Amino acid sequence: MKRILIVGGGTGGTILANNLARRLRHEMDASRVSVTVLSASPRHMYQPGLLYVAFGKMAASDLYVDQETLLDPSIHFHVDPVETFDLDHNEVKAKSGKTYGYDYLAICTGSRPTLASVPGLMESAHHVYTEEAAIKTAEALRTFEGGRIAIVTGVPHKCPMVPLELTFMMYDYFKDRDLLDKVSFKYTYPIGRVHSLENVAKWAAPEFDRMGVSYETLFNAKEVDGTQRRVHSEEGSVVEYDLLIAVPPHKGMEVIEQNKLGASGWIPTNRATLAMEGRDNVFVLGDTTNLPISKAGSTTHYEAEVLGENLARLATGGGPMRSYEGKVFCFIEAGKDRATYASFDYKNPPKPQPPTRAIHWFKLAYNRLYWNSVRGLL
Amino acid sequence: MSEVKIVDARGSFCPGPLMELIAAMRAASVGEELEVLSTDRGSAEDIPEWIKKVGHDLISSSEEAGVYRLRVRKAK
Repeated sequence: MKRILIVGGGTGGTILANNLARRLRHEMDASRVSVTVLSASPRHMYQPGLLYVAFGKMAASDLYVDQETLLDPSIHFHVDPVETFDLDHNEVKAKSGKTYGYDYLAICTGSRPTLASVPGLMESAHHVYTEEAAIKTAEALRTFEGGRIAIVTGVPHKCPMVPLELTFMMYDYFKDRDLLDKVSFKYTYPIGRVHSLENVAKWAAPEFDRMGVSYETLFNAKEVDGTQRRVHSEEGSVVEYDLLIAVPPHKGMEVIEQNKLGASGWIPTNRATLAMEGRDNVFVLGDTTNLPISKAGSTTHYEAEVLGENLARLATGGGPMRSYEGKVFCFIEAGKDRATYASFDYKNPPKPQPPTRAIHWFKLAYNRLYWNSVRGLL
Repeated sequence: MSEVKIVDARGSFCPGPLMELIAAMRAASVGEELEVLSTDRGSAEDIPEWIKKVGHDLISSSEEAGVYRLRVRKAK
């Protein structure tokens, strides 16, 4: 029997598992193939919803579904986080002490915000990367009566559009509260333009100009002085704030670093086959890769579809036929009721169009459709 | 001749090479020279801008067979 083991029960792991269950139904029924998912949590979180929690548009409880209900019943699911990867012997050891062997392994453990990498950031900044932080951000926005808002971004980070979306949505939020004349926005970004994707930067900068949002590029936060309410940059400049909003830098999960699978928790991955460099039966999805593409749910979704097709062929004696071409699709909320999107791949850059209400409503619909998406129904 | 520390960021895309240079500069001493190797054109444009903004010295820059080499001296 060919054993496929998926480590990680987030977007990538769930889509991959359901994709395989659909393709390999007969082989799994006949016990010729097994698919097992190991996750650190019994619950699955819709992470993009945290942005909406911060603006009071979604309840935190709306973000969770029991992971087991998302998986095809033929999939073996265990809440048993992996602690040790023994790739030379095709097995992993989990927290329970149990060892899981495999013929093919997919690692999709995700990423985590590392606020501690910038001294003072954790104590002083609000963000939207955990449930607790998003709820606190909502309260900070609700009680803010005016002053200087600074947006500080570290890289790499999950969801490339969040710095822009936070800024646009805060602008509309304070506009609705008739506070715009008492609020100033200072947007900062680590590289020499306002977004890592050049065409998105070309679209966003005039939007900022129109809204009166000032911005400073090549700004990499070095430390935050919470007492003086100042952010000092590596470049020597200082931004003063009354409300500090951060998009913190991320790392891969600790277990990846501890097992020396990749620096900073990012596993070196072939950009077409999604195989871990130097291994032909280990594959990597989503945030966990070191690929220079967006760390976003859609990235891992498209990767999982490619890998699902290839793994299904490998498990039944065939060879992989599809390559991942770098496809990513990101919505961009441009305020409270307008949105646009960026669709791109390795060869074709995004070309954001003027925001519309229709795209915003589609994004809100997707916030609910997500669960059917990871089930493989979309 | 003092040894030049190489920051090999080939294969890394924007903003990777700039981030690796920032980390290496943080660990370097004043007066020390570093050479960044990058295959990313965007980073080759960003890095001189960053050096100018921070106030370090760009000693040289060149491109050969798709590899950009930028030598930087930590000035402060």
